[in-house]
Amino acid sequence: MNILDTFLWGVLPYMVIVILIGGTIWRYKYDQFGWTTRSSQFYESKILKIASPLFHYGLVGVLGGHIVGLMIPASWTAALGITDEMYHAGALIMGIPFGLAVLFGLIVMIFRRRTNKSVFAATTISDKIMYVSLMAVIVFGIGVTIFSAMQGHHGHNYRADISPWFRSLFLFQPEVGLMRDIPFTFKMHILLAFALFALWPFTRLVHAFTAPIHYLFRPYIVYRSRGGEKVGRRRGWDPVGTSDNSSNLK
Amino acid sequence: MRVMAQVSMIMALDKCLGCHTCSVTCKQAWTNRAGTEYVWFNNVETRPGLGYPKRYEDQEKWKGGWTLNKKGRLELKAGNRFKKLFTIFASPIQPQMTDYYEPWTYDYQNLISAPLGDDFPVAKPKSLITGEDTAIDWSANWDDDLGGTYVTGNEDPIVQKIRQESEEKIKFEFEQTFMFYLPRICEHCLNPSCMASCPSGAIYKRTEDGIVLVDQDRCRGWRQCITGCPYKKIYFNHKSGKAEKCTFCYPRLEHGIPTVCAETCVGRMRYIGIFLYDADRVTEAASVENDQDLYEAQLDIMLDPFDPEVIREAKKQGIQQSWIEAAQKSPVYKLAKEWKIALPLHPEYRTMPMVWYVPPLSPIIDLLKEQGHDAESQENLFGAIDSLRIPVEYLAELFTAGDTKIVVDVLKKLAAMRAYMRDITLGGVGKEEIAEAVGMTGEQIYEMYRLMAISKYNERYVIPRAHMEDAHNLEEIGCSLEGDGGPGMLYDDAFSGTGARPNPVSAGSYANTARADGKVNIFMWDGNGRPDAMFPNTAGSTRAK
Ligand code: HEM
Ligand code: SF4
Ligand code: SF4
Repeated sequence: MNILDTFLWGVLPYMVIVILIGGTIWRYKYDQFGWTTRSSQFYESKILKIASPLFHYGLVGVLGGHIVGLMIPASWTAALGITDEMYHAGALIMGIPFGLAVLFGLIVMIFRRRTNKSVFAATTISDKIMYVSLMAVIVFGIGVTIFSAMQGHHGHNYRADISPWFRSLFLFQPEVGLMRDIPFTFKMHILLAFALFALWPFTRLVHAFTAPIHYLFRPYIVYRSRGGEKVGRRRGWDPVGTSDNSSNLK
Repeated sequence: MRVMAQVSMIMALDKCLGCHTCSVTCKQAWTNRAGTEYVWFNNVETRPGLGYPKRYEDQEKWKGGWTLNKKGRLELKAGNRFKKLFTIFASPIQPQMTDYYEPWTYDYQNLISAPLGDDFPVAKPKSLITGEDTAIDWSANWDDDLGGTYVTGNEDPIVQKIRQESEEKIKFEFEQTFMFYLPRICEHCLNPSCMASCPSGAIYKRTEDGIVLVDQDRCRGWRQCITGCPYKKIYFNHKSGKAEKCTFCYPRLEHGIPTVCAETCVGRMRYIGIFLYDADRVTEAASVENDQDLYEAQLDIMLDPFDPEVIREAKKQGIQQSWIEAAQKSPVYKLAKEWKIALPLHPEYRTMPMVWYVPPLSPIIDLLKEQGHDAESQENLFGAIDSLRIPVEYLAELFTAGDTKIVVDVLKKLAAMRAYMRDITLGGVGKEEIAEAVGMTGEQIYEMYRLMAISKYNERYVIPRAHMEDAHNLEEIGCSLEGDGGPGMLYDDAFSGTGARPNPVSAGSYANTARADGKVNIFMWDGNGRPDAMFPNTAGSTRAK
């Protein structure tokens, strides 16, 4: 076990978690005004209406798959009488469609961003960085899934190393040794995900943290009193003539 | 009974000149910012016409407002809460830029920098969205003064509806048609469907004055409110990614002065005052079965500010004496409830809108005059109101869910006022029978005339100040005066600062990527421009734009 392994699998994950949680709290306190989906549907709707639900619903499935794969020990599923073969077949049958939905959705969304002039003009550097890292994570994620599907049960059994390592992180006893010999593609998928998580609080992806589930429970009409809250000075609207309009005339 | 106060506006449509001053001053005050180029909190539509955004009244398409479900309960027309959440990833019904227009500016630079040549240099229109050349083909008042109405007029949803019902063509040839202006702001509804649609709960109604606002900090850009509002008076700031709407100029109102649109109205056609209403009965009133009963139901929950029980309840709810007195002097109460000449816009949307309209008599007067009749005689006017079906039906579709009787009654009151006052102006006495014919007394008619025709500023606007116990909240207004990069532009420090959340909507939270000390906050940076603090420039450029 060399120093690099210890850093990558024993130290880096905690750094990422600190950035993710700390950054999110910081942004929540500091930049409520910038906390939005930054929807681009105003400019273009037809493509978005297909691509965005495809991508997001795919994500829900992928997220579910990750939770099951990483959090549930193999011994538990075995105790339920699910063999490894059954498990992996299930994972592929569920995983590949969801994964492809995400990938396809994202490709279409990026295509739309690039080709629709209005949408492209509204794309910030932060968006671009976010898209590159998101795409990279997804490509490697789909890659390892399809790759192991082709290898059948000779494929890498991540439930024997990555999953226990992942769980060990939460016990603050990272079992770094487990990660040394996993295939390169898996390593890339995980490291790129680290990068994405570290960027998360500083991009538009924060919108995922305020998914409005409470809508189901609140009254329709909201009354609020005029005042009482202290006034702070924050980021706000941009004055006219700022970069997005008159100064970028071509 | 739960008594609440509501500021409300009434517009007397006969007095609107269609000058658009209100729109322009409102824009200068509120929406002259990046991302709001196409946003008109106040717009003035020529009717018949498509409105802004195009055909917003077609709720079969836009699904704004409420409907009654099978159980007779109110439900958002766009669907229940589950449906809204399941379709949140791309809003199924959402107006596009093409339904408004692509905002533009002109390349004026070319006028002075074009090289010498035979041709006159022109300032080409440039899109404010892409920065590229653009063709201008629509705007917020493209069909102003019936311009192009012979082409587009048949697409007016109300024209279509009337035509369907009467199988008659409304003519759009000049001289044969009628026309009036309809200025529109947010209705500050009692039962707002924008608010009900907001997944984040960021839109709220102020308990003190009923003004409906979007909390810019809590809005997450889900845009359901834009679908939800049947009047399309919530707009999407495509730069900040948040919803914005008319604020009823609340910082001005809190100081007892009218909105910018009312203050600057050239026709002096706007009235602002207080209603006291029974908040407990709003849902019930908005749920009456028949669309045509909604106007009466809405009028019903407006309480009599002289009724001792209402006053007692109001005080119990913490409404101040000065507000109760304002409600008693309220011009809007007189117009809407006492004389019943002001009607809500599209009551059938069931949002209980609080901007009311005195429908215009002028289309009828104009038609009479054109045919060479005396447009001030009571018989002529009454006869015309009864026989000119199309203008009356059109007004009824706007203001009473199609009930022409109510509109006819209002128009006759206005006609009676005209006839009654003519006698007085000509040195005679007002004929009491004219007043009686519309169920009023001569005295009432005269008072109505005073308010409608010659009232002064403080009669048209009866606005109690916000209570100064809360005065510290008003200080917020101060910072809008502090310019970019001024001392007011320093940000709270996230960790060492108080961390207190700013007031819901902050008129003064202008910001700029550059801070007063010249440094750049990287998360505020939109990726455009080259702030010097980030890219030190040895060639000596100026600070980032
Ligand atoms: C359940 C929580 C989430 C909800 C409700 C949600 C909703 C939305 C909405 C409404 C948009 C705006 C689409 C538009 O009008 O332009 C959006 C955009 C986006 N979301 Fe989400 N989202 C969620 C979670 C996520 C997650 C977990 C990710 C990424 C890992 C994500 C990535 C994106 C991206 C990349 C866009 C930009 C699409 C584009 O315009 O190119 N979202 N989301
Ligand atoms: S008119 Fe104003 S208060 Fe009423 S639903 Fe629309 S935005 Fe909301
Ligand atoms: S300023 Fe007054 S008269 Fe002029 S368009 Fe506006 S409402 Fe009508």
